[in-house]
Amino acid sequence: MSQALDPHAATVAKAAGVEPGPRLTTADGRPLTRALARSSRKARRRAFLLVLPLLLFILITFVVPIGQMLQRSVKNDGFSANMPQISAWFAENPRGTEPDEAAWAALAADLQQAARDRTIGIVGTRINYDMAGTRSLFTSAGRQARNGLEPPYRDAILDIDARWESPALWSIMREASSAYTANFYLAALDRTRNTQGDIVMAPSERQVYIMLFQRTFVMSAVITFMTFLLGFPVAHLLATLPLRKSNLLMIFVLLPFWTSLLVRTTSWMVLLQQQGVINDILVWLGIIGTGQRLQMIYNQTGTIIAMTHILLPFMILPLYSVMRTINPSYVRAARSLGATSWTAFRRIYFPQTLPGLGAGALLVFILAVGYYITPALVGGSSGQLISNMIAMHMMQTLNWSMAAALAALLLASVLLLYWVYDRLVGIDNLKLG
Amino acid sequence: MSRTSADDAFVVFDRVQKSYDGQSLVVKDLNLQIGKGEFMTMLGPSGSGKTTCLMMLAGFETATHGEIRLDGRNINDVPPHKRGIGMVFQNYALFPHMTVGENLSFPLEVRGMGKVERESRIMRALDMVQMGKFRNRRPAQLSGGQQQRIALARALVFDPKLVLMDEPLGALDKQLREHMQFEIKALHERLGITVVYVTHDQGEALTMSDRIAVFNDGRIQQLAPPATLYEAPENSFVAGFIGENNALPGVIEKLDGDNALVRLANGALIDATAVNIRENGQPTTVSIRPERVEFKPEMMPPDAHTIDAEVRDVVYMGDILRTRLRVAGSDDFVMKCRNTLGQTRLSPGQQIKIGWHPRDARALDPVTTQQGSVN
Repeated sequence: MSQALDPHAATVAKAAGVEPGPRLTTADGRPLTRALARSSRKARRRAFLLVLPLLLFILITFVVPIGQMLQRSVKNDGFSANMPQISAWFAENPRGTEPDEAAWAALAADLQQAARDRTIGIVGTRINYDMAGTRSLFTSAGRQARNGLEPPYRDAILDIDARWESPALWSIMREASSAYTANFYLAALDRTRNTQGDIVMAPSERQVYIMLFQRTFVMSAVITFMTFLLGFPVAHLLATLPLRKSNLLMIFVLLPFWTSLLVRTTSWMVLLQQQGVINDILVWLGIIGTGQRLQMIYNQTGTIIAMTHILLPFMILPLYSVMRTINPSYVRAARSLGATSWTAFRRIYFPQTLPGLGAGALLVFILAVGYYITPALVGGSSGQLISNMIAMHMMQTLNWSMAAALAALLLASVLLLYWVYDRLVGIDNLKLG
Repeated sequence: MSRTSADDAFVVFDRVQKSYDGQSLVVKDLNLQIGKGEFMTMLGPSGSGKTTCLMMLAGFETATHGEIRLDGRNINDVPPHKRGIGMVFQNYALFPHMTVGENLSFPLEVRGMGKVERESRIMRALDMVQMGKFRNRRPAQLSGGQQQRIALARALVFDPKLVLMDEPLGALDKQLREHMQFEIKALHERLGITVVYVTHDQGEALTMSDRIAVFNDGRIQQLAPPATLYEAPENSFVAGFIGENNALPGVIEKLDGDNALVRLANGALIDATAVNIRENGQPTTVSIRPERVEFKPEMMPPDAHTIDAEVRDVVYMGDILRTRLRVAGSDDFVMKCRNTLGQTRLSPGQQIKIGWHPRDARALDPVTTQQGSVN
């Protein structure tokens, strides 16, 4: 009886348990779905044309470069393209074959040709990635080989430098002889191949990447948590204050957003350094002695402080947009039902902010994981993140394949995180503003 | 009903005042006693202070001055969660992230009730509003009327002695609203709870309440059972706010006990009952319900004064014929005639004489411009 009188009840009940009816057709007997598709085709085409410029832009500036980067992380033909004969020998002879005279002859011919083509530097650089100090080995051998070497080639090459006999070097050249390789990914995970070709841990002095990945994720998590701790009350104030005051507060929140990243970071330097404002005040107040000035910058602390500040708006804004939509009567209802203000917050208010919190946390974490400028400026050596290592490989060692492998791993971990978030919270619950 | 003595009243507002800005009073000197088991409605236009009173009773607003007592105890300083008052909100305020069952379980959990006891109470409350099947639904999967029932069940599940309702039916369509009015009233009678109900819908107030407090301008204008409020309004605001009303401005010509003779602006004399006027020569507004106006001499008392009227138009409304008349220079005088067999059909332009029983015309305070009659 009660439901019959409630006109919405039937609609809702139907929506809850959808029953597929018989296939519907139009008045002249064609399937309804096809008729619908035809009638909306024109509108869809127009919509597609509208987004086409953006689609092309993204394709050219985003998809293609990232694709190239990903390709570079598994492809490096610096050796194989310039040393074709020795590469062919490696392909014919299985791993463990001692280099015979044919191998030395191939090597001599390749060195001569590469020296004449002035590509010997590229070859040396490629091998140098995996074995330090080998670039000069190649260039000097190239210089000597340019005028032609006499057989027996083994002795001729060993005369130039005895290091050519090293099994490690031959193993590395074998690895480099194929253009496509997973070795950069192995290196990015602190793994390498021994002379037998098995995957082993890199020498301990070269194990940095896993530690850096760990540090990057731990610090990003700390920064995310700090932005939540600081941002949540601010977002709540923004959402509940009267409009005039909340607008003013909003300007304060956005002000750092509008200031140059560099300016913000350098002002943190001014504040935090050992001769900086905060240390001066602490000394002046007598809380610490002159000799006990705190080291708050050029380490992890500095990176965390500066990045928390910079990323704070990315937490506050999604939280604010969600909190603004939460009707205050929910908390009132909870209170009237007997909940203390803490219980009402914990069980009623907080759960409703989760879509905003999830969006903010995801945003801050992903931005923090890839942050470069701030840790580079205020991180010192202990505050460097994986992005700084990528930059180093891009600009100093010029090992772009390594940089690409590290970046691809970073991208993969962010995508993984996104997937986990989708499974746990549901991406459609994400509210960015 | 003699529930008004302050001693046995369940809820007491004692000289309560409320100001938000320190400049003006939203509630001015409110005194109100609500008896146990009573259905009390606070009725008034928006901004009249009725919702503020409800919020003070619930504990979400503090009284600037005065005392609010619940069951003999001063609750001015008792936080909302310790008052034990059930409340139904205008937008239902069902927790969107919880199922119906969890919503109902919440007030029981915060009271530390065991699982077995909770289960039986939840089922009982859901059955009470005939929503037993909807336990595992989310509020968003329910229609407005269903949400309303759940909100009601949630406010009742922990057996509060007092339930507050803040315009609970405002968002429902007319048919559903009327049905829910009936259900709420039936629940009130079955459970014997005290209900304080806030609304701006006078029809809702009239059909549901034991007593109605009409609010305007921060004061209670009249506190009475529905019939008294409709038939014997004590001032022009109440007369204009409750039901349809004809207001005729005039001056008291002669006062004889309760009987008053009023001279209208065009010089015509009419009979009325003196309500809140004191002396001859005082300006007044005479209030007459449209259904109490007669135009057939046999229906009027023999010695009644009649006045001239001209028919402007007749609106056929099915059960009644709503006739608009030009009386004493004003065009908005309404007469409702029952659509009976053999009823005289009036036509526009026709000149008639109208009259009424003196008891049905009430000489009240003159209408000030800000009040104006609400038709």
